[in-house]
Amino acid sequence: MNEPMVIPIQAYLIVSTLLFAIGLMAVLTRRNAIAVLMGIELMLNAANINFVVFWRYGGGQGMEGLVFAITVIALAAAEAAIALAIILNVYRRFKTVNVDQINLMRG
Amino acid sequence: MTGRMVLLQALLTEHYDLFLIPGLPFLAALVIAGFCLRPPRERLAPALLIPALTGSLILSVRALAEVGREGVPLTVSYAWLWVGSARLDIGCLADGLSCVMLVVVCTVSLLVQIYSIGYMKGEIGYGRYFAFMSIFSGSMLGLVISDNLLQTYIFWELVGICSYLLIGFWYRRPSAAAAAKKAFVVTRFGDLGFMVAIILIFSQKWWTFNFQQIAGMAHGGNIAAAAATPLALLLFCAAVGKSAQFPLHIWLPDAMEGPTPVSALIHAATMVAAGVYLVARCYALFAIAPVALFVVALIGAITLFLAATMGVAENDIKRVLAYSTISQLGYMMMALGVGGYVAGVFHLTTHAFFKALLFLTAGSVIHAIHTNDMWKMGGLGKRMPITAVTCLLGALALAGIFPLSGFWSKDEILSAAWFSHLPGHWFFFAAGLVTVFLTAFYMFRLWFLTFAGEPRSEEAAHAHESPWVMGGPLVLLAALAVVAGGLKCLVPGTGHGFGAVVGTGHGEEAVSHAAMALSILAALAGIGLAWAAYRARLVSPAAFNARFPAVHALLKNAWYFDQGWRWFATRVVLAGSGLAAWFDRHVVNGMVDGVAWLSGWASRQLRTAQTGQVQFYAIVLTAAVVAGLLAVLAREASLLQLFQVRP
Repeated sequence: MNEPMVIPIQAYLIVSTLLFAIGLMAVLTRRNAIAVLMGIELMLNAANINFVVFWRYGGGQGMEGLVFAITVIALAAAEAAIALAIILNVYRRFKTVNVDQINLMRG
Repeated sequence: MTGRMVLLQALLTEHYDLFLIPGLPFLAALVIAGFCLRPPRERLAPALLIPALTGSLILSVRALAEVGREGVPLTVSYAWLWVGSARLDIGCLADGLSCVMLVVVCTVSLLVQIYSIGYMKGEIGYGRYFAFMSIFSGSMLGLVISDNLLQTYIFWELVGICSYLLIGFWYRRPSAAAAAKKAFVVTRFGDLGFMVAIILIFSQKWWTFNFQQIAGMAHGGNIAAAAATPLALLLFCAAVGKSAQFPLHIWLPDAMEGPTPVSALIHAATMVAAGVYLVARCYALFAIAPVALFVVALIGAITLFLAATMGVAENDIKRVLAYSTISQLGYMMMALGVGGYVAGVFHLTTHAFFKALLFLTAGSVIHAIHTNDMWKMGGLGKRMPITAVTCLLGALALAGIFPLSGFWSKDEILSAAWFSHLPGHWFFFAAGLVTVFLTAFYMFRLWFLTFAGEPRSEEAAHAHESPWVMGGPLVLLAALAVVAGGLKCLVPGTGHGFGAVVGTGHGEEAVSHAAMALSILAALAGIGLAWAAYRARLVSPAAFNARFPAVHALLKNAWYFDQGWRWFATRVVLAGSGLAAWFDRHVVNGMVDGVAWLSGWASRQLRTAQTGQVQFYAIVLTAAVVAGLLAVLAREASLLQLFQVRP
């Protein structure tokens, strides 16, 4: 059990940070709504990595980190389903899924 | 004693029958309004009202006899509302003053209603007329018998609205509708004072509106003159409006647009006397406020003189009588002001009879020849002997010729002014004396123009005497106008003179024989001048008018009071309203508009942030989170330690 840690926590955090940044970049820059959705998924998973890592390295006694991660996965699935449905409807209405062309709410 | 006996005794001692005096005409009004408004049943309307008034008259006479014999007022009252510590009552107070007034109102009203059967025959709205007349009679009796100020105020407004409805009886005639509105608005002007007086009583925490209790407090020295003076002046303000005193007298001549019996009852004998009655009713308050008494006397003196001069130049027979009424009400006010309480009330009583008579004779003439213009009359004495003789008796009574009723009451007023302790009482006496001359002059000018000489129009040449249903009341009223002076010595049924019946606690009043002689001479001079100018043609009024056109124009236009008030309303009031409207539009409204404009402007600035680009929102969101994070990190550098995890 008390094997010395071979991988430091920073490595995990760097991965998750990169993943989050990539996801954020996709959300902010991609024009295709599907790609935006995919970016969101990446960001969620970056958060998941952090949950698990901090749980593992933080010395938590309970199962909080895992439970949060599972919850986020379930949430992401539901969110993907809803978001895809929305995108489908958007496509039917506007004949496009380019988010920069959909600006009906411009003030 | 059983419960039933207690109840019986209460019924016998508590004088519940007093409520019936105003109650009976109200009951008649209810039935007429419910069943007799339209033909053919409208013919029944007078048959309901006249018995009701007869009942009221009998009850009033009985109350007067009892009060006169016992010398103790009859009272009955119920608690209606409690407001704070103030008990608001609904009650009746029958003392000498109110009983005399009740009998006068019932008598005149009864005779006028009988007369109305003939006068209003065939009019559209016959049932409506009697319904209004019933409400008026009930309200007037209610006003007189009220035992407290608040109840008086309620009936005060009720008689006002009846006056409005009856002046505007021929509401299709624009002049009648306008006159009704004018009467209502002008009297409301004065009524405001009544309301403020009631509020003032509340604020002074007397906790009572009862006349007897207020009088008791005043006699007991519990009211300071500083408190009584404004109160008395406010009540007098209401009286000025109702009794058509200077400067609110302008509504009464126009009120002649109503049917003549209405003028006789409401605008000569009863309602316009309500102002005088109110001052008499609250005389205890006025008695401890010398300033208020002086104002009453002064306004009365100004009114009696001004109105008499206006009557001299008027050609409409009813408007002459209207100015005469204003002038006589001025006499009553002046009498009360100079301390002649009994004189004022006595003149109110006699005036009610002879002025109602004069109006009814004028109505009889108008009924016969369908015009109000005295220059289209003339020579009617031969064709309408009853009207002419009764009118002559009324005119003699009004002029104050011995031994008719007006002589006794007017003489008492002049004596009261003569012996008054008020500063400037010689001025009041002089005003009264000069006006006696003017009164006799305009009254006999009216009589000579109407009944003497040759007919000046086709209608006048073929006039017929009015039917007996109109002639009967004339004869009865003429009899009253002749003998009412005798009330001074003995009020029938009471065994006392008039002064003893009404003047409880205000002292006896002396009579001056010099004043008597002077007033008779003045009246005879007035009659003589009228005879010389309009009958014998010895002096020419036209020449006088040509010589002094300014005086003629002044009198002809009633001293330009209507124009003055119109100027006041259009220039002063409207200008003030314009100023207030400007303030409302630009300052009050401007502030509201400013708030709306500010939020609109802010919204317009903010809407540019709404690009509709979802990714722009995401960038802003991210930037905000990052900025917030950096700010927190900068402040709490130690948070970095969080990342230093133990190995």
